[in-house]
Amino acid sequence: MRNETKPHAQKNNLRNQFLLDWSLRFYVILIFVFVFAPIVFSVIFSFNSARFPTIPLESFTLKWYETIWADPDVWEAFRNSIIVSVSTALIATTLGFCTAYTDYRYRFRFKSAYLALVLLPPTIPLIIMALAMLAWFSKIGASGQLWSVIIAHSVLTAPFAMAIIRLRLNQMNKDLESAAWNLGASEWRAMREVVFPFCKPAILSALFLTAAVSFDEFAIAWFVSGLNKTVPVLILEIVQGNIDPQVNAIGTIVFLVSMTLVMIAQVFFFLRQNRTSN
Amino acid sequence: MNTPLVVFENVAKHFGDFVAVKELNLAINAGEFIAIMGPSGCGKTTTLRMLAGLDQPSRGSIYIGEQLMNDVRPHQRDTPLVWQSLALFPFLNARENVEFGLKMRNQDAQIRRSKAMEWLERLGVAEFAERNVDTLSGGQRQRVALARSLVTEPQLLLLDEPLSALDAHLVIRMQSVLTQLQRELGITFVYVTHSQSEAFAMADRVVVMSNGEIAQAGVPRDIYREPANRFVAEFVGRNNIISGTANTVDEKSIQVKAPMGTFDVPTKTNTPDTDKKFSAGDMVTFVIAADLVQVTRTKPKTENSVECSLISEEFVGSMVTLFLETADGTEFKVQLQERELSTLDHTTEGAFYLSWQSDSAHVLHG
Repeated sequence: MRNETKPHAQKNNLRNQFLLDWSLRFYVILIFVFVFAPIVFSVIFSFNSARFPTIPLESFTLKWYETIWADPDVWEAFRNSIIVSVSTALIATTLGFCTAYTDYRYRFRFKSAYLALVLLPPTIPLIIMALAMLAWFSKIGASGQLWSVIIAHSVLTAPFAMAIIRLRLNQMNKDLESAAWNLGASEWRAMREVVFPFCKPAILSALFLTAAVSFDEFAIAWFVSGLNKTVPVLILEIVQGNIDPQVNAIGTIVFLVSMTLVMIAQVFFFLRQNRTSN
Repeated sequence: MNTPLVVFENVAKHFGDFVAVKELNLAINAGEFIAIMGPSGCGKTTTLRMLAGLDQPSRGSIYIGEQLMNDVRPHQRDTPLVWQSLALFPFLNARENVEFGLKMRNQDAQIRRSKAMEWLERLGVAEFAERNVDTLSGGQRQRVALARSLVTEPQLLLLDEPLSALDAHLVIRMQSVLTQLQRELGITFVYVTHSQSEAFAMADRVVVMSNGEIAQAGVPRDIYREPANRFVAEFVGRNNIISGTANTVDEKSIQVKAPMGTFDVPTKTNTPDTDKKFSAGDMVTFVIAADLVQVTRTKPKTENSVECSLISEEFVGSMVTLFLETADGTEFKVQLQERELSTLDHTTEGAFYLSWQSDSAHVLHG
């Protein structure tokens, strides 16, 4: 390697490099602290016997978990949340796949307007969207139902599914589908035998991601769900009433569930990146 | 042998304002290896896609085995295509790729497997049957793609520049694989390419296309030695094209007066029915192939000769091309064997003389 800089300049350079490296590391650590410290505290206090979140900690306990285990409201909320997130994932991913495929396959007038409209929902402030949903659902007599939450969540999350699947479709060789027709596959058969298998990692990724978003979503669920509370809505109601460490326990479980879902989605996302880069 | 398997009748294809195929009339015989050759945008790939049903003709009719194919969907045809991109399915292994066509015909899994293996064997890639296609080399993928297209035992195989992504030495090898396969199977190959060497090396008959029309169709030798028009003469390459006015015209030859000299050109060609009748005073264009020109340093005694100066030379192994220029600025190309060049004193300054037998010249009728 050729290096023409003078020795003292080199030393300076090295020191600058060192400073830069460490300030970047500090910055990253700071970000993680800000993101995860509250969650870590919540997890710690969920195992703490004290009623109020204070330091020093008292003794280790599973009391709060026992409380929520015995609480039928909590069970009901989890049941609702699971129904909502699973249905939302299925509907949103189906919708997402269909829009992504239309974008991939067809050319038509106002296509960019169509795409902009499809991608719009996540850019609307949640509170506005929630209010609008509530107003609309009560107009058509559909508010306060579990499926109203499912519809609202599907609208919110379908764009994410579409974006993920569209990325994958754009990596597909344009000849692949034609090759399937050429070898005797009807359009539906080619969809089943070529397009789906090719998009499978993206479809799975979209399913898990939309499920996670729906499982965590609070604002819309709070406005639309009525008596069918989902977990985030239940948490707010508990906190509104009094300070109760069982929210920490519920929070810990919710955090675990959504982290798992997002992580599975990530695994599928990166699996497919690696596959295509080979 | 001479029953046409494929017939194009006044076929045209437009994409909006763009005319891909202007007017196509072509009959392809059963068992023929036909190459459709031309520069990009000449309509050769569109022609092939219309045969596969991937594009519908805007006008005219296409028949395969006497059946009108215009409205037959791609998957209802038996016209497998070997894609330029190969279009192997990346989520299937080599054997599953080959099985695909049989699976779509709802064949039994056992039969599918054994037929696929048979074809992979035949093309010499059986050992890679269970490998992911992404891990195979270009040549191996090529063979898998061929096996996938042939496994359904079609009467007609379409090939769209299948060798364009391969290394030069692999191209030569695959050319012989393809010609041998075609002879053995006795089926019709329609081969689209921009490469003259591929077309000439393999095809029984070559169709040269230009701007959506057939510029010339014939056996490789005729395309090469007797181009029908200026486009073919230029596309086939290494031709010297000379234009002038006819001084005298008789039964056998025309005397052409061009800026750099006067030349005798024979009027007869292999295609007398389409030949144009020339008379004195007409504009005449003729070609003299670069490999039929002699080059000397002393003025030859023959009639057809020109004086030139050497501009540059191009060495491609056994052959050398000399680029020369006449006093009026016309460029000439001369192709000779490398060992011939060593007998020619080409390094000293001064004039070069080009000459040719008058019956080596070929008059253009189009």
